[in-house]
Amino acid sequence: MSLKDNIYYADDYIKEILFTTKSIAIVGLSDKENRPSSFAAKYLKNRGYKIIPVNPVTDKKTILGEKVYKSISELEFIPDMVDLFVKKEKILSFVKEAIKIKTKTIWLQLGLIDKESEKIANSANINFIMNRCPKIEYAKFSGELGWAGVNSNVISNKRKLLKND
Amino acid sequence: MTKKKNSYGFATRAIHSGAAPEPITGARNTPIFQTTSYVFKNTEHAERLFKLEDFGFIYSRLTNPTVSVLEERLANLENSRAAVACSSGHASQQLAFTSLLGNNDHFIASNKLYGGSINQFNKTFRNFGWECSFVDPDNVKNFENEIKDNTKLIFIETLSNPDGSIVDIEAVAKIAKKYHIPLVVDNTLATPFLHNPANWGANIITHSLTKFICGNGTSMGGIVIDCGNFNFLKDNKYPGLSQPDQSYNNIRFSETFGDFGFAMKVKADTLRDLGCTLSPQNAFYILNGIETLNLRMKKHSDNALIVAKYLQNHSKVSSVSYAGLKNNKYYNLGKKYFPYGVGSIFTIKLKNGYNACVSMVEKANLLSHVANVGDTRSLIIHPASTTHSQLSDDEKIKAGAGPDVIRLSIGLEDVEDIILDIDNSIN
Repeated sequence: MSLKDNIYYADDYIKEILFTTKSIAIVGLSDKENRPSSFAAKYLKNRGYKIIPVNPVTDKKTILGEKVYKSISELEFIPDMVDLFVKKEKILSFVKEAIKIKTKTIWLQLGLIDKESEKIANSANINFIMNRCPKIEYAKFSGELGWAGVNSNVISNKRKLLKND
Repeated sequence: MTKKKNSYGFATRAIHSGAAPEPITGARNTPIFQTTSYVFKNTEHAERLFKLEDFGFIYSRLTNPTVSVLEERLANLENSRAAVACSSGHASQQLAFTSLLGNNDHFIASNKLYGGSINQFNKTFRNFGWECSFVDPDNVKNFENEIKDNTKLIFIETLSNPDGSIVDIEAVAKIAKKYHIPLVVDNTLATPFLHNPANWGANIITHSLTKFICGNGTSMGGIVIDCGNFNFLKDNKYPGLSQPDQSYNNIRFSETFGDFGFAMKVKADTLRDLGCTLSPQNAFYILNGIETLNLRMKKHSDNALIVAKYLQNHSKVSSVSYAGLKNNKYYNLGKKYFPYGVGSIFTIKLKNGYNACVSMVEKANLLSHVANVGDTRSLIIHPASTTHSQLSDDEKIKAGAGPDVIRLSIGLEDVEDIILDIDNSIN
């Protein structure tokens, strides 16, 4: 859970991903509104991203008003990003599916680290980020994370304006 | 795609961390947002904020943009994840403890603490059903010997008030980690310039911002810092962090907010309910102080060492308790944990005891007789009759505040003038 994981991503690398991504398939997006996956998805949806729920177990037809897909292979178009909220042992199989559909970025949520996945994503020339949350990274660069007293480690002499505000 | 992180130096971070030009006007210094409340964009936005789903401001009891800058800056300077500012150092202890302890819980504290903290723990906190065991921190095994099934935290001061003694924090952190108990460390007298407790295994840091961090003696303030390195989900010892919170749609703070879950709990729950908020005005003054923290702390420590060396050879002084002196028992710990100096608060014992102490305080002309430390001005006090007066005689001696003890807080005046005033008042 801690970010003291010795994994470093250049700020520009993450910013480029967040600013060019338009659609995010969230694998494991819960149908319960108080789950962390729902918190992240709701925030990202509100910032203008198209959210595509991928959830093999829910009975719900929609989550956060968006059509639910049972698997990555069922998606009717290619999302810019596949974001995984899944159990550790399932990471690799979902990453392989995401590579197969040629998404641009594969993102593993906080607590998920998998070197094998990183290797195959890199060799497929797909952006890969692990043990991070796109909501927290977005808030880091928008300045909102600091509103909660959280250390963003960002120093900048530029005015921060929220992209979708 | 991994790349080495760039990290700015302390002085740069002390000036810039947490602050950015104000987005609408471009104001370069952090404005004072003197407002109680913030307009919601619509009802749906309000709902998201109340459920903690989104970042934003609701009401200044919980969050305020000026206060947030201060919080992020100190979290950064302490190499930590997040922080929650509050109205005083005492309030920071109240917030941290309330967030961790329930009725009939137990904690362990060093017996070398600011007298006000000993009182808070021993009397008021006991009334909340929190039992405290005080231990002599010079033997770290004493902490381990007091651990019980219901022990929920260990508390120490890095540099203790009044005598500037030093706890072997790394050794205490190892014990805390072994039993999966958070180590809560007050870093007020050291400040993050002289020492970073998080680098040595602390899990939560508290500060009185009133002292060196503000520096000018103008503003009260406190802060609780979440180092982001304690797993509250490992067991059920901390239900406030690991169990559903009914006032927030049954989220679990440590699950939802990960490595800043404790800070969110302190802010959204404990501060909301206790209300010991920091005002934006005070946050502004404290932010101005922090910008020069590194310069001031270096000079405070340098001045203090010169004064301590002088007093060591003074005919009226029986002993000087300052970890910067080679014959002090904490000298080696000081070298290890405080490479830039051991601060400017220390005690001296006068050969002629209680009466000589009272006379010295009254004769001083430059040194101010006040119940504060960590000011630009040099300060003097007789702890036994003031800051530590509520303690028993035995507790006073254990806390380093016996009847023959004078506490000095060396300021930033010309050190020759400080020495002259001490010399005139001591004779």
